[in-house]
This record gives sequence, structure tokens and C-alpha cells, in this order.
Amino acid sequence: MTATIVTAPQSAAEQDQSGPVIFLADTMLIFRRQLRLSLRNPVWVIVGLIQPVLYLAFFGPLLARIASGGGMPGVSSGNPYGFFVPGLLIQLGLFGAAFVGFSIIADWRAGVIERFRVTPVGRMALLAGRVLRDVVTLSVQAVVLVLAGLAFGLRAPLAGVLIGLAFVAVVAVSLSALSYTVGLLLKSEDALAPLINMIVVPLMLLSGIMLPMTLGPAWLRDVARATPFGYIINAMRDAFAGHYFNSIVAEGIGVSVGLAIVCLWLAGRAFVRENA
Amino acid sequence: MAIIEAHGLARTFTSRRQTVEAVRGVDLTVRQGEIVGFLGPNGAGKTTTLRMLTTLLRPTAGTATVAGADLLRDPVGVRRRIGYVPQAIGVTAGGTDPNCLVGEEMAIQGRLYRLSAGQAAERARLLTDQLELTGLEDRLCKTLSGGQRRRLDIALGLVHAPVVVFLDEPTTGLDPQSRSNLWEHIAGLRARLGTTVFLTTHYLEEADALCDRVLVIDNGKIIAEGVPEELKRRISGDVVTLSVSGDPARAKAILTGHPGVREISADGRAIRMTVEHGEEALPGMLRALDGDGITMESIQLARPTLDDVFLTLTGRSLRDDSPSGSQGPAETDDSALASAGRSHQ
Repeated sequence: MTATIVTAPQSAAEQDQSGPVIFLADTMLIFRRQLRLSLRNPVWVIVGLIQPVLYLAFFGPLLARIASGGGMPGVSSGNPYGFFVPGLLIQLGLFGAAFVGFSIIADWRAGVIERFRVTPVGRMALLAGRVLRDVVTLSVQAVVLVLAGLAFGLRAPLAGVLIGLAFVAVVAVSLSALSYTVGLLLKSEDALAPLINMIVVPLMLLSGIMLPMTLGPAWLRDVARATPFGYIINAMRDAFAGHYFNSIVAEGIGVSVGLAIVCLWLAGRAFVRENA
Repeated sequence: MAIIEAHGLARTFTSRRQTVEAVRGVDLTVRQGEIVGFLGPNGAGKTTTLRMLTTLLRPTAGTATVAGADLLRDPVGVRRRIGYVPQAIGVTAGGTDPNCLVGEEMAIQGRLYRLSAGQAAERARLLTDQLELTGLEDRLCKTLSGGQRRRLDIALGLVHAPVVVFLDEPTTGLDPQSRSNLWEHIAGLRARLGTTVFLTTHYLEEADALCDRVLVIDNGKIIAEGVPEELKRRISGDVVTLSVSGDPARAKAILTGHPGVREISADGRAIRMTVEHGEEALPGMLRALDGDGITMESIQLARPTLDDVFLTLTGRSLRDDSPSGSQGPAETDDSALASAGRSHQ
């Protein structure tokens, strides 16, 4: 052991703690840490991508067959993948982001959450850095999925695809924020897994990912209209078809942004809360 | 100069329409450069008090000033100036991510305290050296030994050279060698940097080896306070536990008033006594019982432990009412360690 006495420079430690610049710097610190952890163990990123690609390979051709026979209202018989790929993108977003809450439980167990909460770092930045990591991960997965879709026969304008990816990113923000909130409140993997499944599976079914909801009876369409993801998928499908300025896309933007605001607000409350 | 000053600090928890008063009005003062131990059984309110003083938990009543900042009005000011090392037992671990590299953890901790990348690296180098972690920078935290990981936890709490550091159960779960090694490091902190240390523990030996002053907490209130020697003097003597096959009441009557026996109580067939110079008094005690036809099933002689201090102060044993099942494994660790520690004496 040395006998050197080194104290931390007070000028740095006593700087102003608030403000958007500090918030962004803190967020980037957490983001980089989380990203490095993801890259160290990329198996989950890959596993998350396998599921939609399997749907694309093993379910897409069936759908294409039915659509080409003209048996699917609302699905272009010439470009069924323009219908199918947006659905798979949302599925990727739903399942990819909904389960990130597990990682916050692990962090809480490791004492990492407590350790960070005692530093001067803003607690919203602890959330934002994680959410940002999830958005980046999902965006990369989404790009890979779109490229795979192109190989299967998807045809869509670049602008439409970019709008679709933006929707996926906003959905990822909502679900990842929500998943962290629930994880932080429950602090139990055993409780989180069934709860997430209970929420995400019906939402996915009701959003018309696989088949157009217009095929369903009136009551089912009514239930579906009360859930958010149908609006977002319809908007993405329109964007993939090259329609950008209509009420469907506007509805999709309204619903996705509204959902993100609500989820971030809830997550913010949970992260800032004293005893979380 | 007081570094920590708390008045009437209290915290109640409400769960399932039940209100639990975890901490009921704690007053305490810790002076600059002191090493103060917060002693008590699981569930006594040690960790709750520590979490309040470190801004993790808002008190339901009371006020405190920590490192010159008001706990309620300026929690960020408190956070900037204190170091905190969470406990590594029970449900949560000590604060390092198992899948992070040691070097990464040191670096980000410095950055989170607003040090520049260069300053953070400089501090990390110094602390890895001081806490004997050199050469481990590229190892995953999960591959460290218990003692190394705990030293890393502590290094993280010191990255910003805080004026006061809070250590929650710093050595619980470590083997005896790692514990005494960690004690040296903690004592060294004060010696080198004048850092004030506030730690919780349920080992009397730890308080003894390390602390200038001890606060004993039970049931959410501080029930005793003093230097460790003073606390032990209240026990003065060894703890002898006999198990007899005959009538315990008669055995108790025989031993009451026997030279050296100070306190005596019977519980079932076990008789527990505080005896001065136990090992010398024991043969005489056995002869007295034997002369009355009472045979012995077992004999135990032990130095006073926190458990005994506790028993004397509260009339209850530390282990009688471990309040939360989730801390079961930690309890087992404790008893194992306590008996290991005792066998060294």
C-alpha cells in the first residue's frame, strides 16, 4: 500500500448536477455500459432475431400463397410481404423489448441499482440509458429483418421502410420503459415472466400481425380497436405501401407517441421513487 | 466536527395494511475521522437507518445533516460527498455487475461521480493498488473471490474520495482471513485519508477490531452506545452453558452463588451462566454438581459475543427471532463464521 494522499478534484465534483447536458452525458454513460454488456453476450440479441426470421421463412410462404389467390382482404396479392414484414417488426419490438425487465431485476440483485442511485447521477438517466440501448439493439435487429424480408420478396420504398423502423423504435421505447418499471416494482423473475406474457400475447394477437383483423367478426374488431398496436401496424403497412400522408399514418403516430409518453411517465415515477 | 448528525430519524413501512416501525427515532452523531459501528441483529433497523442516511430511503420523520448537506433538502449534495457500499448478503449483492470487467466498473464509477476520464483512470489505478486488486482489471467481476469482490465493492465506494463512507455489513460472508484483511484496509482508510467510516455489523469482534465507538440498535431504537471495551465490560466473564440430565432447577440452585457465577438462567435442561474466569471456575462447578448426583450431558464455554451482549441488554438472543426468512442463508453463514472465529480463540 502506498501512502499517497489523493483527493478527488472538488471542482469537478461540485459542478451543477442538473441540466440537459449533464442528463445526456449521464445517459450516454449508462448506454455505453449496457451496450458493452449486450455485446459481451450477444446470444440474446441473436435469439431475439431468430423468431421473426423463422416466421418469415416458415409462415410467410403460406400467407403469400393465400394472398396470391386473392383470399386476403387488405393484403396486396402482388406484395404480401408488405403486409407481413411490418407485423413481424412489431412482433420483434413486442417480444424484444417486453422482456428487458429481467435485466433490471438482475441488476437490482447485484446491488448495481442501489450503487448507482447513491451517485449524483440523475435517476432518469439510469432509465434513459437503458432504454436507449434497447432501442439501438432493436433497430439493428429490425434492419436485419427488413433485409431478410427483401430476400423473400418484400418490395417497399426506402422512405416507407425508414418510417416503419421509426415506429419500431418508438414502440421499443414504450415497451422497454414499461418492462423496466414492472421489473423494478416486482423484483421477481417468477412474477415478471407470466405477467409480461399475459399482457404481450393478447396485444400481439389483437394487433393483426399474422392476418388482417378485417377477417374477424365485429366483436373481435371492436376489441382490437381498443388496443394500441393495430393502429401502429396499419400505419406501418401504409408506409411500406408508399402512403405517408393519410389519417391511418397520423393515427399510428398519435397512438405510438402517446403510448411512449405514458410509459416513460410511469417509468420515470418508478425510477425516481425513493424506495425502488 | 460532526460529519453525521441525525435527530429523531424514523421510518415506517406499510405493507398489506400492516404498519411496521422499522426505525423509531434514532439520534446519532459521528465526528470527523471516527470509525463507528452500528451493531444489531437482522431486522433491527441498521440497514434502514443506513439507507436513510445515504438518501436511498426518505425518513418518515426526523432530520439529518450528512457531510455538511441537509439530508432532506439537498440529497444530491449528500450523494456527491458520501461513499456507499451496499450489503452483499441476503437478496442483494454488493454492487458490482457479475458480467462487467473490474476495470470497467472502476471507470464508470468515477465518471458517474463526474470525474473526467483521466481523473477516473487515475483514481482507479490508485485504489486498485491500495485495495490489492492490481492485475485483476481485465477479469469479470463474477470470477473474483469473495474477498476480492468485496474489496472491489469498497474501492467503488471510494472512487470520488468521499469524506465519509458507509459500509453495510462489509465482511459478512467472508472467510476469517479475508475479514481481517478487510479490517486492515478499512482502518487504513482513516489512517491515510482521515475518512470517516460508518459501518453496520453483527460481529462483536468486528466492532472490537475496528470501531472507535459502537451504537447498538434493536427494534428500531439505539439501546446502547460506547466503546467496544465498555460494551464487553457489561458482560465481563465467559458464557458457560451446561446441559444436565438431572433436575435443572436443582442444578441452578446449586450453581447460584457459586464463586465467579454472575448471571444464571435455566432454559429447559440447559443452564446458561456468565462466569468470571470460566475455564478456572468450571472444574469447581462440575465437582459441586457431581457431589449432588447431577450428571452433565454437555458443557460449552465461550467468550462473550454480540449475542451475549444482546442477551444482557435485551433479555433476548440475537438468533431467537430472525425476522425475515429471506435472510436465512446469511444467518447460516454467520453462525458458521462465529463458531469458526471462536475456535481460533
